[in-house]
Amino acid sequence: MSIYINKDTKIITQGITGKTGQFHTEKCIEYANGKNCFVAGVNPKKAGESIFGVPIFGTVKEAAAQTGATVSVIYVPPPGAAAAIWEAVEADLDFVICITEGVPVRDMLVVRNRMKEKEARGGKKTLLLGPNCPGLITPDEVKIGIMPGHIHMKGRIGVVSRSGTLTYEAVGQLTELGLGQSSAVGIGGDPINGLKHIDVMKAFNDDPDTDAVIMIGEIGGPDEAEAAQWCKANMRKPIVGFIAGVTAPAGKRMGHAGALISGGADTANAKLAIMEECGFTVTRDPSEMGKLLKALL
Amino acid sequence: MKIHEYQGKQILKKFGVSVPRGIHCTSVDDAVKAAETLGGSVWVVKAQIHAGGRGKGGGVKVAKSLEQVREYAGQILGMQLVTHQTGPEGQKVRNLLVEEGADIRHEYYCAALTDRATQAVAMMASSEGGMDIEEVAHRTPEKIIKVFINPLVGMTDEQALTLANGIGVPEGSVAQACDTFRKLYTCYMETDASLAEINPLILEGDGNIKALDAKFNFDSNSLFRQPEIVAMRDLDEEDPDELEASRFDLTYISLDGNIGCLVNGAGLAMATMDTIKLFGAEPANFLDVGGGATTEKVTEAFKIMLKNPKVKGILVNIFGGIMRCDTIADGVVAAARETHLSVPLVVRMKGTNEQIGKQILKDSGLPIISADSMAEAATKIVAAVQ
Repeated sequence: MSIYINKDTKIITQGITGKTGQFHTEKCIEYANGKNCFVAGVNPKKAGESIFGVPIFGTVKEAAAQTGATVSVIYVPPPGAAAAIWEAVEADLDFVICITEGVPVRDMLVVRNRMKEKEARGGKKTLLLGPNCPGLITPDEVKIGIMPGHIHMKGRIGVVSRSGTLTYEAVGQLTELGLGQSSAVGIGGDPINGLKHIDVMKAFNDDPDTDAVIMIGEIGGPDEAEAAQWCKANMRKPIVGFIAGVTAPAGKRMGHAGALISGGADTANAKLAIMEECGFTVTRDPSEMGKLLKALL
Repeated sequence: MKIHEYQGKQILKKFGVSVPRGIHCTSVDDAVKAAETLGGSVWVVKAQIHAGGRGKGGGVKVAKSLEQVREYAGQILGMQLVTHQTGPEGQKVRNLLVEEGADIRHEYYCAALTDRATQAVAMMASSEGGMDIEEVAHRTPEKIIKVFINPLVGMTDEQALTLANGIGVPEGSVAQACDTFRKLYTCYMETDASLAEINPLILEGDGNIKALDAKFNFDSNSLFRQPEIVAMRDLDEEDPDELEASRFDLTYISLDGNIGCLVNGAGLAMATMDTIKLFGAEPANFLDVGGGATTEKVTEAFKIMLKNPKVKGILVNIFGGIMRCDTIADGVVAAARETHLSVPLVVRMKGTNEQIGKQILKDSGLPIISADSMAEAATKIVAAVQ
């Protein structure tokens, strides 16, 4: 098993005909069982055509009805990305992954509240990963997103991080040590997003095929602390934690919109202290993440 | 993106929030003329820079005559204004705002910002205006009243009342305060702001509510649809190197240390800076080359880093995913040649085409130090600059 996705997942790609969408869809199809997983694309202007052998539909709803897909991945450019998320939610998909970087924060605020409102009135709950994230992968089964497939190895360690390349760093270290991954999830660096550390930690805790987790965070926001508090009370598996941004100056945006230190409780040091207090094995040396995890097994 | 106070007040005014009459000027003569135009007997001369704490630093003065307006404008224009937000070197004052004086009965605080935890817009207000709000939050958190606004609903009457009553607005002014809060919220949403702060929001002797200051930050992801806001951008207030970097789609932030670093990905870039510190040195910058680094981008990145005279060594850390290590290696070699690199360079490359990349560096004949892990790279660059 794994979390959220596996070799049987059927996926729609929104924005499949754009430059980024095409590039990454091809790589995802080439990876493991991708050929059978990526079953549909969406572009209202190109409905009826196909790309890489994947049929294109006019709407997400139609694509889902025709193919049985329950997951979608979004490469739609920023001005239309939130609308694309909402289209997937309205089509009652299980899971939506938004890769797009640079989505207006106000658009995310509105779509997240619409999602919550839909759930509150009894509508189907759709999980959202991202935006501005690398996606997620279950090694040797399926990859959805922009991560390099070949650095991964099938196994029993979970990885969750806000940052793309820092996720790859952790995965690379694990693979070098012979420790494979159950799933690796990039939740993205934006302030208003879908799944948070706490949600992914819950999923790893429930996954019988995950033995331990590397959780990576960044400066800014309360998410890592919240996840740590939950783990202290509930997590049955060892965790290695790292927070990037000990050297980040206050008030500066470090590439990720969410990575802004504003108060005092969201600094890297404060988060590391909370994680340690909650039983994580924390490190200030990101080169050590893999080694520390191996020592915990 | 940030703007000046006088621009913030123009925006507030457009959304119906009451602000003092004021005129933006860039010379002493204009400041005196502005005071004459405004009339009255008391004026406030305010330095316009993109940082808070201007009053404490001597950038805000109350003038009681036109001579004093001239005197204060002369003192403030051109000064290096140092506040707790500018850093020790301060920021040069190029713009002034001359305003009519206000009859202040009480100073409040109010602000709108996006709250990550509740995924709502938080409106905060406090009876303790005119001072550093973080200090208020620290010492007397009960004096900060917060409401969380669902963007699908907007600010309710009840929420506006909670704020107005919570900060003790006198009964006769409650309606106007509520109106101000609602307008600030509308303004926040429609301009795609990420922070809209009025400190102080004042109660005047006659019971009117007025914004005596205005601080805005805007969501950079939304600027494509906010041409009026973009037109307010003042490039003089921004770090010239950061600006240059943004032209090449590089995210660069200068810091105080002596080791330049070039990394792909924001999280890995921060982690690299942290590793440099962990091994005994300080990073000179944050630099994210992003996902699609070309030889040109890497060369520009080197040029920008090397402009900083404090840089005594460079650490390149690349996790090749979609971006291949051989492409980066080509870029690094070309950049080192073009910039006639004379400081030590450590390169750590992992991932796609790692071996080819390493070979390119080796074959270049340049004195590039190679490393396998981030820790090793940091150790080597720290040793090389000492």
